[in-house]
Amino acid sequence: MNLKLLAGISESLLLARWKQTLVAAVGVTFSITMFVALLSFMSGLNEMLDGLILNRTPHIRLYNEVQALAKQPVQLSKDHKQDYNFIRSIKPRNELLQIRNSGAILNTLNKDDRVLGISPKVTAQVFYNVGQVSLNGLINGIDVVAENKLFRFNEYVTDGNYIDLKNVPNSIILGKGVADKILCSLGDVIQVTSPKGELIPLKIVGYFQSGIADVDKVQSYTSIATAQKILGEGNAYITDLQIRLKDIKKAPAMAKEYAALFDVEAMDVQTANSQFETGSNIRTLISYAVGITLLIVAGFGIYNILNMMIYEKMDSIAILKATGFSGADVRRIFITIALSIGIFGGVLGLIFGFGLSALIDQVPFHTASLPTITTYPVSYDPKIYIIGGVFSIITTYFAGYFPSRKASGIDPVIIIRGK
Amino acid sequence: METPIILEARHITKYFHDPVKVQVLNDINFSIRKGEFVSITGKSGCGKSTLLYILSTMDTDYEGEVIIDGQSMKNKKEAELALVRNQYIGFVFQFHYLLNEFSVLRNVMLPGLKLGKLSEKAIEERAYAKLKMLDIGNEALKKPNQLSGGQKQRVAIARALINDPLIIMGDEPTGNLDKKNSEVVFEIFQELSQHYQQSLLIVTHDNEFAKRTNRIIEMQDGRIINM
Repeated sequence: MNLKLLAGISESLLLARWKQTLVAAVGVTFSITMFVALLSFMSGLNEMLDGLILNRTPHIRLYNEVQALAKQPVQLSKDHKQDYNFIRSIKPRNELLQIRNSGAILNTLNKDDRVLGISPKVTAQVFYNVGQVSLNGLINGIDVVAENKLFRFNEYVTDGNYIDLKNVPNSIILGKGVADKILCSLGDVIQVTSPKGELIPLKIVGYFQSGIADVDKVQSYTSIATAQKILGEGNAYITDLQIRLKDIKKAPAMAKEYAALFDVEAMDVQTANSQFETGSNIRTLISYAVGITLLIVAGFGIYNILNMMIYEKMDSIAILKATGFSGADVRRIFITIALSIGIFGGVLGLIFGFGLSALIDQVPFHTASLPTITTYPVSYDPKIYIIGGVFSIITTYFAGYFPSRKASGIDPVIIIRGK
Repeated sequence: METPIILEARHITKYFHDPVKVQVLNDINFSIRKGEFVSITGKSGCGKSTLLYILSTMDTDYEGEVIIDGQSMKNKKEAELALVRNQYIGFVFQFHYLLNEFSVLRNVMLPGLKLGKLSEKAIEERAYAKLKMLDIGNEALKKPNQLSGGQKQRVAIARALINDPLIIMGDEPTGNLDKKNSEVVFEIFQELSQHYQQSLLIVTHDNEFAKRTNRIIEMQDGRIINM
């Protein structure tokens, strides 16, 4: 009853100064709109840039590296256990890049609940032969279906159909940079020289563009079987296992676990791409800072308008107190006014912010490095809207809190006698 | 038969501190019984309004004790005093102090809604009845700024009556009105006193007005000189 009465009084005071109220609400609306649009745009950009690398990067990559043994034979010898062993000029062992026992590793990984999917890969160093010239190249033999499912392979294939890689034997999808140098077109057959010196003809079924020019100048994709053939190896030969996890945060710990378990090198995505995370964190921080500044400015607007309202309504406040309304009641009235402005302006701001984001989403944006992007990237993460809404309420609450305290402290005697 | 005492002032002393310490009230003692129509008179600056605001619980900076309906107002919290004003005291000021955002009817209803003892509908009916009794039932749905000065003061009286207060306090209620309207207001007070046994305590410097009340408390320099 009391609350309903106070709400009714707040409403009347609000409507009596509806123009000022509107200006205050528009301030909140504007700042929330900009907050939402700015953060949506910035998050969209972050997601896109992260996606550029992270979507294509396995969360954990298992591989072998040519390197010196960590424990040299002399250290294993019982006779020399007590001695200090100085070994100079250690050379790496001639070791295959193959992951040994890859079938068993695959089985184990498939049973692991934390793993979303695995895509095996064979990499082969080759030369692309263009007349007299040989171009350095790297061919990735991939499981086309798994690669597409886990790393959105089709998004980077700009010409041709990615699935042809599986369906057409001895086919290749060339990097755009390679294709430009070779001056070939879809359906042509190119010759590549394998590490063992064999010439192998491959049919071009597509081009891919990763957005990173250096990669596109060197790399190409083919099926695992074709890659194994180029290397002259059997069908158990796998050089990389690319693992995608359900929770990316577990990658560093799991990488260590797998490295120990399978006796291979394991690289997690956080270690491989730490600079990206730093970049997106700072971008996010800056946009939040700008957004919150906007809101605080709107808060000062509300504060000013409420202060003015209190000066104007001094008489009304005095008489409310004289007729039995307590200071707390008066405070609630002004907080209600502030919160109404905040909620009304905030909800409108969220709606307009969504509209503005949708508008930005339609603006054409073409860049050579990002073939799949045609408009500005925008995120519709609900988190942005929740933060915007909560902040609009918090700032307007505080903007109302201080004037309302002043109003509740008004001494009716001074006002009434002052006339 | 003596009616019960509803308001009592015991040894009320008050100082103004700004800019220098000045004593405005000096050991004021008196009491008002139910149904009495009392006026406080005195020259400007004698402390009569100050006394009224202390008795009304709005001013709490004083020495001594105010007792309303047997309860001491000392040591009561702000919210408790607000409730006392709401329930036991009706105010009529020199200026009407109506809220222009609300209709006349709503203005009268506000203290009743704040008290919350009756339903909104019942309060509305009571407010209508009070306005009709004061002959302004037809103006109920207008805004206060559409009324004349005399009508506004009657609305203010209706507002003071809405919770059936123990006592109505007035601070120069006719001070801002012409002869005719002053007369109307006085007659309303007299009628309330005689027919409804409403207690009234009116501060006025209008001696004509004061003479026609049941009892005059005359003040000079912060003391009661005649009562």
